[in-house]
Amino acid sequence: MLLVALGIGIVAVIASALLGPKKGSRAKLMAYESGNDPEHGGVGTGQRFPVHFYLVAMLFIIFDIETAFFYPLAVAYQKLIPFAFFEAITFVVLLLVGYVYVLKKKVLEWA
Amino acid sequence: MPDWLATLLISLLKAVLVVLGLLTTFAYMTLIERRLLGRMQLRPGPNRVGPMGLLQPAADAIKSIFKEDLTVTLADKLVYTLAPIIAIGMALTAFGGIPAGPARSLFGENPWVYNLDAGILALLALTSMGVYGIFLGGWASGSKYPMLGALRSSAQMISYELGMGLSILGLLMLVGTTSFQGIVGWQAQNGVLILFQALGFALFLISSFAETNRTPFDLPEAEQEIVAGYLTEYSAIKWALFQMAEYVNMITASAIMATLFFGGWKGPQFLNAVIPGMSDWPIVWLVAKIAFFLFLFIWVRGTLPRLRYDQLMRFGWKLLLPLALANTVVTAAFLAFRGSGGLWFLGVLSFAGLLALLIMSDRVRVLWNQPTVRRPESEAVRAGGD
Repeated sequence: MLLVALGIGIVAVIASALLGPKKGSRAKLMAYESGNDPEHGGVGTGQRFPVHFYLVAMLFIIFDIETAFFYPLAVAYQKLIPFAFFEAITFVVLLLVGYVYVLKKKVLEWA
Repeated sequence: MPDWLATLLISLLKAVLVVLGLLTTFAYMTLIERRLLGRMQLRPGPNRVGPMGLLQPAADAIKSIFKEDLTVTLADKLVYTLAPIIAIGMALTAFGGIPAGPARSLFGENPWVYNLDAGILALLALTSMGVYGIFLGGWASGSKYPMLGALRSSAQMISYELGMGLSILGLLMLVGTTSFQGIVGWQAQNGVLILFQALGFALFLISSFAETNRTPFDLPEAEQEIVAGYLTEYSAIKWALFQMAEYVNMITASAIMATLFFGGWKGPQFLNAVIPGMSDWPIVWLVAKIAFFLFLFIWVRGTLPRLRYDQLMRFGWKLLLPLALANTVVTAAFLAFRGSGGLWFLGVLSFAGLLALLIMSDRVRVLWNQPTVRRPESEAVRAGGD
């Protein structure tokens, strides 16, 4: 399935490369910047962007790991109650402490 | 012909069929979306190319194939080419795991391409791989605006992925399996899961709108705001591949919602009294449910304005995430202490939660509308405003 799906993409890109016209000029191949010469463009030139994106990514990693811990618990839950309930609650509360800390630190604000 | 070769050939055939089916659906989705938006805005929509505009998708496809395929000078050539392929590959692959009927019902074959025990997990993993396509595409363009668009897009998608993953936990607790067949089977016995997980469904629906970058969460490609987001530097078929991936993701999200919350390929049981075996027809019911959700996607696009970016992130983190956790905990508590009572109480609880949310919506909206951080007035003036 993966092979077929990727194959479709590759075939489409190759077909377009073969069929389309190729008349590149300097102006046409310039990066988009409203007609100005691009400034600080280019891959690996160290473009700077807000630290918020790092924070969101880190939070995502933390909470996604939490989700990953939750899946096996959820699937096996009915066999483990009521013991599992208290375990899960403890885990959630610990996480909520971290979550509230993040809220209080105003990490999730984009003002 | 040895057995394994036959199996391989058959699953290859099915994969090709599914991919071609999805691509055709995508093409006609664009047409239907334009026509429907036209209807909603009291205008006809595209109706010139072919009868009722039916050849419009073909015309668009031919045009995008014969367009000049530009690669900007500043771009990273390899990644720039690879990104749309990743996006479309992951989007198409994700759909293959969804069952469209009972086992052996499709001319003696199984109506799915691959079947995994961890079906939902595989599917979530594949859809989140789509983020790579988008981010790499924006990064490899080597220009500022696509880069910003890609950053925004990936931040949005990973944030709402959390809500998505957490909102189905309650469902998994009820069902106790992650395979699609198991979930559909459970619903055939106990009633569709929307009855017991209404809040979870609402959260999942909202997250999947954000995951697929559809209105009201389509900021990554907000054309009036940051040019065209990560798509700015793409032309011809590569651009079309990104669009394709978005629409295919929409179809997949609809299929997941239909399977998880609306009984999947099972039709309503009472119809069996009219025509025996009607609820077991393969494909028919799944397609009907997918079509309903796709209509919902278009309807919402025609209705709602877009959120601002800070509102979007706050909405995801401050409302969706805690609510999904609350939903999980309530379901867990119910299962742990229900005694011998039926499931209906959980359903009532879930609907009550959803209703309370709707009634309280004016109070809740403060959560994402008003930032708690405000820049001091004087500082803003000194910096010459924004």
